[in-house]
Amino acid sequence: MKFSENWLRELVEIQADRAQLAHALTMAGLEVEELTALGEGLAGVVVAEIVAAEKHPEADRLKVCKVDAGQSAPLQIVCGAPNARVGLKAPLATVGATLPGGVSIKAAKLRGVESLGMLCSAKELGIDADASGLLELPADAPVGAPLADYLGLPDASIELKLTPNRPDCLGLLGLAHDVAALFGSHVKAGGQAPAPVASGARRGIRLEAGADAPRYLGRVVEGIDPAARTPLWLAERLRRAGLRPIGAVVDITNYVMLELGQPLHAFDNGALEGDVVVRHARAGEALKLLDGSEAKLDEGFVVIADERKALAVAGVMGGHDSRVTDATRDVFLEAAHFAPAAIMGRARRLGLHTDASHRFERGVDPELPRRALERATELLLAIAGGRAGPVLAAERAQDLPVPQPVALRRARLARVLGVAVPDAEVVRIFTALGMHVEATGEGWRITAPSRRFDIEREEDLIEEVARIHGYDNIPTHTPAGALRLAVEPEARIGELALREQLAARGYYEAVNLSFVPEELLARWGFAGGLVPLANPLSADLAVMRPSLLPGLVEALRHNRARQQERVRLFEVARVFGAGDPPVETPSLAIAACGAARAEQWGEAARPLDFYDLKGELDALIAWGGEPGRWSVHADGLPPWLHPGRGARVARDGVTAGYLGALHPQLARALDLGPDVHVLELALEPLLARRLPRAQPVPRFPLVRRDIAVELPEEVSWSQIEQVVRGKLGGVLCELRLFDRYSGKGIESGRKSLAMGLILQDASRTLTDDDADRCVREAVTALETACKARLRG
Amino acid sequence: MDDLDSRASQALADIEKADTLEALDALRVGLLGKSGVVTAALKALGTLAPEERRARGAEVNRVKERLADALAVRKAALEQAELDRRLASERLDVTLPGRDGGRGGIHPVTRALERIAAIFARLGYQRADGPEIEDDWHNFEALNFPPHHPARAMHDTFYFGDGRLLRTHTSPVQIRAMAGRQPPIRIIAPGKVYRSDSDQTHSPMFHQIEGLLVDETSSFADLKGTLAEFVRAFFERDFEMRFRPSYFPFTEPSAEVDIRWEAGDGQSRWLEVLGCGMVHPNVLKNCGIDPERYTGFAFGLGVERFAMLRYGVADLRAFFENDLRFLGQFA
Repeated sequence: MKFSENWLRELVEIQADRAQLAHALTMAGLEVEELTALGEGLAGVVVAEIVAAEKHPEADRLKVCKVDAGQSAPLQIVCGAPNARVGLKAPLATVGATLPGGVSIKAAKLRGVESLGMLCSAKELGIDADASGLLELPADAPVGAPLADYLGLPDASIELKLTPNRPDCLGLLGLAHDVAALFGSHVKAGGQAPAPVASGARRGIRLEAGADAPRYLGRVVEGIDPAARTPLWLAERLRRAGLRPIGAVVDITNYVMLELGQPLHAFDNGALEGDVVVRHARAGEALKLLDGSEAKLDEGFVVIADERKALAVAGVMGGHDSRVTDATRDVFLEAAHFAPAAIMGRARRLGLHTDASHRFERGVDPELPRRALERATELLLAIAGGRAGPVLAAERAQDLPVPQPVALRRARLARVLGVAVPDAEVVRIFTALGMHVEATGEGWRITAPSRRFDIEREEDLIEEVARIHGYDNIPTHTPAGALRLAVEPEARIGELALREQLAARGYYEAVNLSFVPEELLARWGFAGGLVPLANPLSADLAVMRPSLLPGLVEALRHNRARQQERVRLFEVARVFGAGDPPVETPSLAIAACGAARAEQWGEAARPLDFYDLKGELDALIAWGGEPGRWSVHADGLPPWLHPGRGARVARDGVTAGYLGALHPQLARALDLGPDVHVLELALEPLLARRLPRAQPVPRFPLVRRDIAVELPEEVSWSQIEQVVRGKLGGVLCELRLFDRYSGKGIESGRKSLAMGLILQDASRTLTDDDADRCVREAVTALETACKARLRG
Repeated sequence: MDDLDSRASQALADIEKADTLEALDALRVGLLGKSGVVTAALKALGTLAPEERRARGAEVNRVKERLADALAVRKAALEQAELDRRLASERLDVTLPGRDGGRGGIHPVTRALERIAAIFARLGYQRADGPEIEDDWHNFEALNFPPHHPARAMHDTFYFGDGRLLRTHTSPVQIRAMAGRQPPIRIIAPGKVYRSDSDQTHSPMFHQIEGLLVDETSSFADLKGTLAEFVRAFFERDFEMRFRPSYFPFTEPSAEVDIRWEAGDGQSRWLEVLGCGMVHPNVLKNCGIDPERYTGFAFGLGVERFAMLRYGVADLRAFFENDLRFLGQFA
């Protein structure tokens, strides 16, 4: 809601200056979003008339004008504006004036011709953005008058950011009521005298949309002057409210809408056939609107129609074919009340948002139509002449909202606000807001005026008291209510702790958008089970990510492209999969590339490999305290992993995620090298943690025996561990691999592994014989199960 | 006897002159070793008469001790000198970089979010969560947004084909936290939220934190006190603060909270940082809580805004670019 400050002050008299007014509005919940001072510093600018204009002898674009500024003799002014012409009235900045932009007007010679002032554009005067030419003033503007007086300046254009619950302030009259309450003033001049009826022209009105359109008023005004121009004062007020003047009739309806908050519409009466019918649209019904668009309607819309066709979409926009044109002599004025629910969302469905829909979907005072119709008629007759017909009204009284009294309990007010507001203050506030107050034993019974239909329950009243009393006047305490101590499960690692651990291991946390391009997913081989948005912002943000990795690897690429060779990133967020409801899985992902360790003077550089990432996995798993429940498998890999350098990770046999090198084809497509390694795990299994249960510390010493065996390449370490562990049982404390070799000296297709058997018995000290026997058994088992051979 | 004395004096001088541990050890052997001078003198005691033996014995032992002491002192000195020499050769350039000292960092939004959640945890607020893909009931209806209500138009919503949507705020967690539970309730719900809006100052995904307290005594004054304390705790300083009436369908009375922020240019301005209000009775009722017995307040804030203010981040988009030159500033 944007409006002229002077206009508001005309409706309610207050002593407060502009800054005080703006502050009070904001602190009453009517937030001032923008305040633009208009027409400051117009001293020395007067209304002037160009009485002669000749081409400048030295410059094609300049004119030498004789200008009547109300002084004894015309002034000579050199002017370059394209619209400077004899007979035009325009503002003249006289010598000595300083314009808002800081330009001082002095007597000067322009290309050798003396100029005693400057004819101005609206922009030069700081009253509008229009710099295309001189501000054209009406022919009846009084020559010599100070421009500020003539235009009603200085003024300010104030824009409020209104919340949806205060549609009453979408008209200056409603706003004036709040201002009056805030400053202890009152709204001037209520009521609206009916316009004289000078014509018998009428039309039938039929309400056929039930409760959606319970009140409709109209009237014919015949014989207006189609050439009538909008008076300057009215045009200025529209302009300061952010509306462009269009033509007298439309400007008047807009003016009344701004003043009272009631949207109106004017039809060319000649385009209407028979009765006006307010009805629901028919399925498939179409209507060309004022803006030239074609509205496709259905039964969900209410239309204003005549007996043959739809004329306007109720509460949204008028139709093109019945609009008022510059040839219209007979007008049909409409002011109606529509139920908010019948208008909500309708404009949006048509891709529109209009001043009318903005008001009707929030709700308009049902008692306003008559007053608005009379006001519009009054202005129309004054500006464009014509003869008004009688007011034609139809209504469904049973469907019109009637303000109901709402009880406010003194004790409830004090409890919710945390402070007892004195009774007298409560009564003052409601009275000032134009509400009817009746005292009861427990408090008050309040009846709001029809414009405040947002007052429906006790909390609405409490809010009004708080708002006008002032939020600043409510004290500040800390809650003293009962408190239950939160129980934090110890058997779960905190997400923050997990993040801190990854940060401590050199990784930076990334935050990527949850949406990814479908094309990128296709490149990674994600297909099926996706959750696409119905209304994405763009194709790049179209699908909810099924994995954190595509986005995280894009972030890695972003950094690679910015001279970062070694990148370590992680992200903790949800991934999404199709389902009912869709499945959201909190996940952890890691993406890394570049050298295994940061470049260092004392260490040889080595590229990152699978086992570096595996180390990260091991460190994460170790935290949970139950590494035995985890396993790593070479099968069942997703298509984006290198088939030989990737692994599936499971907890209790259930897949929890993957790690490894990116598939070379994918890496190439993304313009990345073989060093990019990734890991992604579901978060919950990772955060599960064993609650420790202490065991006695072993009392007997460890014995270590090292062996080296040679065996086929395809035998995995986990098989070996299984075999040895299966054979030795509890006496094997740890099987530690300390060397792996293949190549020269080893038969091709075989490898040599050197491992330490760490042995311990819980009940006695192991002898050398015990240890030797263990080694023999282990070797025999490996020979049998894994085709192993003990090496010298 | 004189012979032993003079040999001892000579030996003491030799010990003093010995400049290696090996030379010193040779002296020791020559004096105190099996066939050393002193050992020989001790052995010779047996040939003496008993009374002479005692006097002579005491004397020899004195000499032996003197020599042993001198040897020990000299040995210690030589060892120290040896150690000093070795240490002098073992000097490192301690200013060379160490190994594996690097560290990553957590994202500034996480950092601000966790700081906020920790402050409220100290006030007894328990963390709560809900899905990011929400239904209309939790995101709007239960929060007192009727269908097509203009208040919904302020939430530019992403939809899925089945009518589900991406939550536009963390407020639906209120509904989930209250459903099937009775007060006292204190929860804090951080998380990602989504609005279909993208420009310099809007990201289609951002982070919010929702707070909710419901009990038998809470009031608007408690809400003011809680948020004032929170702002002070987060920024570690006091602010001029104001509560402005506003509107949210799920709270009434509602407020927006502004703090007086000093910009770098010395100018100060009001900056909106929180939305809040007393929980609307309809919302309590929707969750099976008696609004006559219980009152509560709720508040919500944008984490990015707090992170920007706290860490001086000028451009919202920097949070989602994941540029290491940016992330590296938050180690």
